[in-house]
Amino acid sequence: MLLARVVGTVVATRKDPRLEGKKLLVLRHVSPQGEDLDTYVVAIDTVGAGFRERVIAVSGSSARMAAGMKDTPVDTAIVGIVDDLELDSGAGN
Amino acid sequence: MRPWWESWIQLRSRARGDAVLIGRVIGEVVASAKHESHAGQKLLLVKTLDLDDRLTGAPYVAVDSVGAGVGDRVLLAMDGWAAMTAVGRPRSPIDAAVIGIVDSVDLAD
Amino acid sequence: MRLGRVVGSLWSSVKTEQLEGVRLLLIQPIDEAGANAGRTLIAADAIGAGAGDTIYWCRGKEASFAMLPAAVGADAAVVGIVDSITLASAG
Repeated sequence: MLLARVVGTVVATRKDPRLEGKKLLVLRHVSPQGEDLDTYVVAIDTVGAGFRERVIAVSGSSARMAAGMKDTPVDTAIVGIVDDLELDSGAGN
Repeated sequence: MRPWWESWIQLRSRARGDAVLIGRVIGEVVASAKHESHAGQKLLLVKTLDLDDRLTGAPYVAVDSVGAGVGDRVLLAMDGWAAMTAVGRPRSPIDAAVIGIVDSVDLAD
Repeated sequence: MRLGRVVGSLWSSVKTEQLEGVRLLLIQPIDEAGANAGRTLIAADAIGAGAGDTIYWCRGKEASFAMLPAAVGADAAVVGIVDSITLASAG
């Protein structure tokens, strides 16, 4: 899973029927220290994440194990909202 | 004439990084606390080779299914299904396995 | 699988039920010399690893098999704690 923050929403009227009623969010990947990384991804939200929240994004076929995602044509799902994160001080990066 | 799906599968495998590549065993890993499906299995550190026989990138930790050793040039399966079935542990968390020892590779110019 | 180092932990209370009860670790992929190799990621802990441990982790759908019979929707899982690495002298 990758750490990311919600930076936007995607509205698409014409889309695959299996995406009907699903919320599509734009995620920017971030480092554990909170810096923005230079990659983004469009993900389906399964937990009710909001703008600017730090989230857990799961990718690949594991994404389709999340609630309501079976047979959805998507590669990334938001599966959790991050409450807290603790870095080991001695562990470099 | 190759069937159309053959190249499709190759493209998909390349996109996902699922493939069999040639690698070289650069070391071994010892782990006593590990998933039960890895118990009793030898873990090899394998770096993939490019076609000029150069080592590339960070190594994979691969389960050995053929008795390979350090220095051997090997076939490295990085598709989960291929790796698990080679080791005889289906539905286990194994995404890489050594499934052959390479005797020789002939490349056309 | 790939080598990595546990650099931290992460908590989430609002999450999909497929992650309930799963411990989440922040891991930094490393190479055989211990140098960073790629971005930090979040992995499910299948064996009880802790901060500072050198571990190896599994990626993709295969990672969710680490927690069977629980149906955990993870794409990365820590599946072993490395005791030692022996390298060929000629590298």
